[in-house]
Amino acid sequence: MSDLALAPRRWPQRWPVGFLVVAVTLWWLAYQSLVPLSEALVGWLPVVRESHLGDALAFFLYDTPKVLLLLTGVVFVMGIVNSYFTPERTRALLAGRAEGAGNVLAAGLGVVTPFCSCSAVPLFIGFVQAGVPLGITFSFLIAAPMVNEVALALLFALFGWRVALLYLALGLAVAVVAGWVIGRLKMERYLEDWGRQLRAVSPQRQAASLTLAERIESGLASVREIVGRVWPYILAGIAIGAGIHGYVPADFMASFMGREVWWAVPLAVVLGVPMYTNAAGVIPVVEALLAKGAALGTVLAFMMSVIALSLPELVILRKVLKLRLIATFVGVVAVGILGVGYVFNFALG
Amino acid sequence: MKEVQVLGTGCANCRTTVRMIEEVAQERGVDIELQKVERIEDIAAAGVMRTPGVIVDGRIVHAGGIPTREAIAQWLKAA
Repeated sequence: MSDLALAPRRWPQRWPVGFLVVAVTLWWLAYQSLVPLSEALVGWLPVVRESHLGDALAFFLYDTPKVLLLLTGVVFVMGIVNSYFTPERTRALLAGRAEGAGNVLAAGLGVVTPFCSCSAVPLFIGFVQAGVPLGITFSFLIAAPMVNEVALALLFALFGWRVALLYLALGLAVAVVAGWVIGRLKMERYLEDWGRQLRAVSPQRQAASLTLAERIESGLASVREIVGRVWPYILAGIAIGAGIHGYVPADFMASFMGREVWWAVPLAVVLGVPMYTNAAGVIPVVEALLAKGAALGTVLAFMMSVIALSLPELVILRKVLKLRLIATFVGVVAVGILGVGYVFNFALG
Repeated sequence: MKEVQVLGTGCANCRTTVRMIEEVAQERGVDIELQKVERIEDIAAAGVMRTPGVIVDGRIVHAGGIPTREAIAQWLKAA
């Protein structure tokens, strides 16, 4: 790695368009050969395909490469998209916006702007300092972690594009509405004093002019960083999911995570808060639960809660938000997620 | 002598960045004074919105993600 970085530029940089064509072709071929390969592999193993173990193995051997392949593709594309949206630029776009439309814009930008929960506080301060209204800042801060490329890629891989799209739309809706409500509550005085006392800055719209080669490099860097970090969680998640698929009887989950169980949604939200596995670990498990009779709304609520309301992030945010504002944030977002769960279970189910 | 500050709350990327800057400086024989800024208040006050951020001689040269070695060499070279 250290030698490579100083070596003459590699071929993705020298022939960016050629690299994209080759990468997309290889990716497509690999994706097309998933089913035949995994079935051949299971057939070749000394287990009966129709047994519990056969079921579990088939699930594991098919889903693992599929999820990793889709994840790599989506993360690469998002890495390129991210290179068009720096936080500085997003901040300039949001500064001084009116509530309402500003919340919608903030949530949308939250999806495409690169975000890491470790920078949540500097980002928060940076936004407020530049005159982005508090509620609009929250819309951004809720959407950014909740609607992320890992969650979307996994949902797409395991549930199909409809559920992925639905998750995207509902995640944005929760971010827009929750941010708008927080803005209405006029809670600016519940920022910690040090945060309010920083001098105001005028947002500068710096033009990010990168070449295609540099954008590809940033896509590849995202793949290395994100896929490199989450793959063990995915493997663990799929292994547990495979176990559930193979061994838990069908409809087992229906009795306590089914649609008729009204208290399942709030319980799912509450259980989600202290859980800090990322989307990567939780989604494969959730997929298996769904197959055993759990209701989609309950499962989506659980996922959103795990991802959007994580305890470590709340601890970080506490440095800049007073307790009252944190509690409001959690309350408003939790209610939004509950709404999503119930809408799914009762209206759409 | 260059004053280099790395701003970050101690995440893995920040530690890697510090190590890389030390390595590149040593390779190139550049004399640097490296300081880690870990308090979230100071990071925010410096105007860095993504960590790790790097400030060289008072100028923000980098924010977010691990920098490349070429970029580090560039910062250390520029007068």
